[in-house]
Order: sequence, then C-alpha cells, then structure tokens
Amino acid sequence: MSEAERRRPLTRIGLGTTQLLLIAALVIEGAGPIYWVFKGSISSTQESLRHPLALWPEEAHWSNISTAWTSLDLGRYLMNTVVLVGGSWFVQLFVAVTGAYALSVLRPFYGKYVYAAVLATLFLPGTVSMVSLYLTIQDLPLTGGSIANTPMAVWLPAGAHAFNVLLIKQFFDGIPKELLEAARLDGAGPWRILTRIVLPMSRPILAVVSLLAVMNAWKDFLWPMIAITDTDKQPLAVALPRLADTSDQSLLIAGMLIAIIPPVVVFLVFQRQIVRGIAFTGLK
Amino acid sequence: MSTPTIPRESLPAVAPAPVGKRPLRVNRLRAGSRHIAPALFLLPTVLVFGLFSWWPIIRSLVLSFQQTNLVEPATWVGLRNYQTLLDDPLLGKAVWNTVVFTGLALLIGFPLPLFLAVLMSELRRGGGLMRVLVYLPVAVPPVVAVLMWKWFYDPDTGLFNEVLGKVGLGPYPWLQSADTAMTSLVVEATWAGAGGAVLIYLAALASVPTELYEAAELDGASVRRRLWHVTLPHMRSILLIMMLLQVINTFQVFTEPFVLTDGGPEDSTVTVLLLIYRYAFVGGDYGSAAALSVSLAAVLAVLSAIYLRLTRTWGTK
Repeated sequence: MSEAERRRPLTRIGLGTTQLLLIAALVIEGAGPIYWVFKGSISSTQESLRHPLALWPEEAHWSNISTAWTSLDLGRYLMNTVVLVGGSWFVQLFVAVTGAYALSVLRPFYGKYVYAAVLATLFLPGTVSMVSLYLTIQDLPLTGGSIANTPMAVWLPAGAHAFNVLLIKQFFDGIPKELLEAARLDGAGPWRILTRIVLPMSRPILAVVSLLAVMNAWKDFLWPMIAITDTDKQPLAVALPRLADTSDQSLLIAGMLIAIIPPVVVFLVFQRQIVRGIAFTGLK
Repeated sequence: MSTPTIPRESLPAVAPAPVGKRPLRVNRLRAGSRHIAPALFLLPTVLVFGLFSWWPIIRSLVLSFQQTNLVEPATWVGLRNYQTLLDDPLLGKAVWNTVVFTGLALLIGFPLPLFLAVLMSELRRGGGLMRVLVYLPVAVPPVVAVLMWKWFYDPDTGLFNEVLGKVGLGPYPWLQSADTAMTSLVVEATWAGAGGAVLIYLAALASVPTELYEAAELDGASVRRRLWHVTLPHMRSILLIMMLLQVINTFQVFTEPFVLTDGGPEDSTVTVLLLIYRYAFVGGDYGSAAALSVSLAAVLAVLSAIYLRLTRTWGTK
C-alpha cells in the first residue's frame, strides 16, 4: 500500500482496526496457550475440570510446581535434556566448523567430493535412515561397541547436519582471501588461522547455527525416544508423554510448563538473532 | 591454492651450504602438513557423516532385502520384506492417511502464513511484537504442544468444547472420531509450524523492490492487483521451495499421530512413519521397516525431482 493511500481517512481507520484485531488474534493464538499451561499448572485438577474457562484459579496452588518437580522427578529429566542439548550443540558446531574450514579455506583436491556427499544428505530426510541408524548405534562400526542408551547416541548423529556445514562454509567463503594469505605468509598454521582470524570474524553465523542447534535439540523427540530407552536417562520431551498416562493432570501440566520455559526464554532473549537467522536460512 | 612456501629468511640466498639444508627440510615439512592439515580438519565431518548418515543410508537399502533379529547375522530374503508391506492391509490406509494429512496441511497450513505475512508487512507498526507472537508456538517443544492440544481437545472438559459450547456449538469429538481426528491433527500441526514460514515470507516480502509497487500504482493498479501481479510473482521461487519443504516434512509426520491418537481411532491417523516405527520398534521387523523407509525415500525423491523440474521451467518463464 502506498503513502498516498495510507493517508486516506477511511483506509487509516481500516488499517488501525485490522492492526488491533490482528494483534489481539496473535496474542490469543501465540501467547494464549502458553498462559493457559501456566494457569493450569497452578490450578488444582478439580478446579481445571470444574471451571475450564476461568482466567485465574480461585486458589493458586504454587506448590503444584514443586510437587511435580519432586514427584515426577522432573529435575532429572531436565538435567538429561540439558546434557543432550549441550552435547548436540557442541558436536554440531565442531563438525560444521572444522569441515567447513577444510572445504572453504584449506581446499584439498578431494574436498569437492566430500562436500557433494555432505550436500546429498540434504535431499534424504533423516527419518528414512532411522531404523538402520538405530542398528548402527547398537553395534558401532570401527569401535564395535553399543552407544545406545548413552548421550553419545544423540550427540554424534546430531553432528551429521549438512545444513550447518553449508551455512558455515558459505560464510567462510566470503572472508577475504588476502587476509588468510597474509596470515599464512606471517607463518600462521591452519589451526592458528582458524582460531585467530576465521572464527572471530564468523561470530554472526556461529550464533545463528548455535541458536538453531539448541532450539532443535531441545525439540527433538523421535530419535531420543528410540536411542535412549532407559527411562532414567531420557530427556523431558520423551518422558512427558509417558508420564501423561500415569500422573495427575495438574502435575503433568506443571511438567509441561517446565519444558516450555527454557526454549521460550531463549527465544525471547535472542529473538532478534533467531528471527534474522530463520529469515536468512530460509532464503538461502 | 596456497602459495609456494619459501621461508622468507631464506630469500637472501647467499648463505653457504650448511644453512641451505634448513629451508629444504622446512619445505618438505610444510608440504607434508599441507596434505595432513586438511585431512585432519575433514576427519570429524567424514567420520560423523560416514557413521551416522552415509552408512545408515546405504544400510537401509541393504537391510530392506534382509531379515535380522540383532543377535544372529542378517539373512538375505530378496523381496520378501516388500511383499510383507504389500500384504499389510494397514499400508494402503497409512499411505492414504499420510496423503490426506499432507493435502490438508497444504490447504490450511500453506496459505495461512503467507496471508499473515502480507498482512503484517502492510500494517508496518507493531512488527516486532507481532513477529515474537507469531513465532512463540514454534519455540514450544512439539511434544509439549501436542500434549497441550490433547488437553484442549478433550471432548468433556477441553477448552475448545467449552468455548464453542458458550456460543451453542458442539460438543465435537475432535480426536475421538475417525471423521475429525485427522483434521484435528492438521490444525495442531499448523499452529505449531506456521510461525517459521511467516518469518521467511516476511523477509521475502521485504526484498521486493518498492519501485515495482510505485510503478504499478502509477499505472493505476489496485492493492489486490499489485499483490497478485507484483508481490506473488516476485516470491514465486521462495513459495515453491517452501511448498516442497512442507510436503517433505508433512510426509514424515510422526509426533502428532503418535502422541495424540496413537494412530486411532479405527486406524484413521496411522501414517507411514508411524507404521515404520511400529514395524521396527514394536514388531521387531527391521527388514520391513527398512523396506518401507526406502519406499518413502524413493517417493519423496521422485516428488522433489518432478517439483524441481517444474519450478525450473516456471522460474525461467
């Protein structure tokens, strides 16, 4: 819509109304359900059932959250989640950075074949090899042991993420070659050039890849459920549906709240970077 | 790529023989490290992709012609796994359900984010707040989103029937009836996924050159015509890519039918991936599960190929 059109009084009223309606709809659609989980977590189960539409419980049971924490053992599952997410983040970043550095800066003659093989996996959805990946972690080639039921079973496959390699390599490709050449002539080795020049220049892309890696690892469900069958070692996302069948509704909702808070807080804190990152990765 | 490494201290090459040896050794060392360093840096990528991506992909293909129980060595069974699939009455149902899910998700979930993005970019004000609100559902872990909607969908005490009851509608069975279960899943999935698409469209909309709009306006084109003739053509490639990605993603729908309905009622929400999961991790029939995985991959690959070809011809028009 153009400036001239915007100035027309009728259009302005129309736009203002639409704006208010849209924001109201988005508040209900986006924040509403999360608020509802919060409300549900501090209401007693009976009250949730009796007055499902009340905006605030007659009596706020803040103790629900601590009761859920201890009786459902949520601390343990949350810790498991943090360990899985942290390790997945590290492995993803380590593999993508070293790989992209070799492919973009060091450029061995076989690099293009490795890159092609990495990119090829973009076109094959991960779920397609899920069953054989499960058999692979049961009996790992080379080392020959099983890594099922250990964090390794989630960390290492997370590293095979072609999109990260693609994004970071494209960023490295944009670093001026003269700069790297100058460092090389000054006698800097590959490791030094990576840590002193390339990485400090790549903070924006590393931030984007890190945030997406953490958010995705936090959301992961199917693979952790398959790879980690020992209930004591499962992350929150895998434990919750199992707990849903056996626990009191208000305690389960308190558990859901605990699972929602960390990713939502991460999103609210880093929303600028995340929004930019998604727009950026989507347009590539 | 790299320049010949002549150590600079050796350039004034007037030094006698004993010194002359040193540059030579350094040269050889450097030449060696020139091959070793790239290999070392590529090692993590090759190992991780090799073990957890390339090998499992090949192994899926091999496994689809084998039978294994994880204890004894696998035996070759030819096409028997594929025969098992074809004999399974659930297969047709699962394929049909998956196609219905994908189709409904396209119908509901594809235009909605585009509409929201156009609206948001036209309104201009409050963009930051709207972006946060729109993306908030995507930040909720899918399992929690699904459990949340299960609670909302509850036919007796759920939020939806309560609200609709106030205006005299319902109660609706939502997940409890074979007629409405699939649509209920699609609505949940759209809520959970639309935010990401909105952000991508907003970025694409911002990249449409404003001169185009001004030119169209001078020619007397209305808002609707400008949207149709300027905005959408400009976004054609991103729209097509997003559609392809959505089809590929929705074909692999799992969490929703697994947690919300476990395939029911009356198998109305059994999807292909749920069937793969059941073959492998409920029935222990890894061979048939692999055969179904390979078939799914083949279908998705063919779809992508046709699609990419089409988009290339459209794109050049």
